[in-house]
Amino acid sequence: MADDRLTAIVKTETPRVRARLIRELRDFDLAEDSLQEALLRAVKSWPVDGIPESPAAWLTTVAKRCAIDVLRREQVHHRAVGLLSAGEEDRDELDVFNDDLMRLIFTCCHPSLNLEAQIALTLRTVVDMSLAQVARAFLVSEKTMEQRLVRAKRKIKQAGIPYTVPGSRDLPRRLQGVLTVFYLVFNEGYSATAGDALIRFELCQIAIQMTRQLNRLVRGRAEALGLLSLMLLQHSRSTARVDAAGKLVLLEDQDRRLWDRGAITEGTMLLEKALLARQPPGPFQLQGAIAAVHANAATPAATDWQEIRALYDGLLKFQDTPVVRLNRAVAIGMADGADAGLEVLELMNASRDDASSSLSQRKSRVVVAQRSQRRGV
Amino acid sequence: MRYMLLIYENEALASKRTEEEQGANFQRYFAFTEKKVREDGVFEAGDPLLGTETATTVRVNGAEVANIDGPFAETTEQLGGYYILDCETLDQALGYAAEIPAAQHGSVEVRPIMQMDA
Repeated sequence: MADDRLTAIVKTETPRVRARLIRELRDFDLAEDSLQEALLRAVKSWPVDGIPESPAAWLTTVAKRCAIDVLRREQVHHRAVGLLSAGEEDRDELDVFNDDLMRLIFTCCHPSLNLEAQIALTLRTVVDMSLAQVARAFLVSEKTMEQRLVRAKRKIKQAGIPYTVPGSRDLPRRLQGVLTVFYLVFNEGYSATAGDALIRFELCQIAIQMTRQLNRLVRGRAEALGLLSLMLLQHSRSTARVDAAGKLVLLEDQDRRLWDRGAITEGTMLLEKALLARQPPGPFQLQGAIAAVHANAATPAATDWQEIRALYDGLLKFQDTPVVRLNRAVAIGMADGADAGLEVLELMNASRDDASSSLSQRKSRVVVAQRSQRRGV
Repeated sequence: MRYMLLIYENEALASKRTEEEQGANFQRYFAFTEKKVREDGVFEAGDPLLGTETATTVRVNGAEVANIDGPFAETTEQLGGYYILDCETLDQALGYAAEIPAAQHGSVEVRPIMQMDA
């Protein structure tokens, strides 16, 4: 049997098996230890006996047996007995694994954990990145990252964070939290200038993969579709946004022939699908729509700035931040002339008067004026 | 699992409530305690505290006992009451915390109570 086939199976099945083991064993660490033991045995026996029909089920059974041995040794008999009888054979096996993966995602992204911990735990357990990879991606030592993970797992246990998918009342809010974590992973790869370029590119791809999987699990959630669309549209520019010297190239200066048409088409289609869900568009759909307007303009001059301005009006209701306000002012400047954009900035300025903000306002004014002039408005 | 829900609010603002507002506030707590947590069977204990002007903080330094007027820390929001609830999960406890009237203007800290095995 080819080694890479085994590696591929291990890569796709590991998070699902881990998710199920955590539920059945009710213990992150015991689940991890027994999963690693089962993987070791798989690597030994599959090349000889062949790959089982359901690798995930095989790994789960073997891992559970290992866990039972551990529990017996530690004389926690009642839990071991409970595990032996635990079974849900009436249900479709894929459903069981998928439900558990959802539980794992919502537990890792529980708002009672700090954001850093949510991200680290998600990458380590849902994506199955190694400790070294996660540490490298976030520019911290392995020891620091390990401590972060240990603390997070301890809090899950001690505070009683449940291993469940939230009920319908809390689901929209909690899903938005999950999407935020996924987007932060993407941004860590997309925006950061420091660190290993390769691992940053990989982080973007991993975030897209995670979001694809989440969409398969939650189905028909407009904001989840919106986030996937946003990531694809931003990622479509990844080769054009850095020059040969590794410096960032502004959107209007990019060679648009380098943009990934496939990703743009898919991103735009996903956005249309999200709008069909007839849920009021949330922040990820709005940002996706802004990215789509840019991506579908053949030249910078062909950009529909009125549309972008309207989308920023909508986004401002969710994210009233200086960045969003500045971008809205730029859009107004591009649509109605630099004076109109500057006027909006003046209004922003009038409402705040501390020194640092006036400095950033001065910079903002230059940005609006320059961009508008370049377009010849 | 047992959780303590610590209720913090701005005492100065709370003391400015009119009699009518006080009554409405009491009604909301009564409804939460009697109709919600007691009926759900999760209530173990819960009380409002008198204001921090009645508080005394005790420190012992060697053999010397110091009694200091006022609360442990000067903060914008003060501990004003608590509930102890026996919940299945943190999410359940967080759900109740959001229904405590003070969560609307102050904050509620949810802490798991350490389990002491005899």
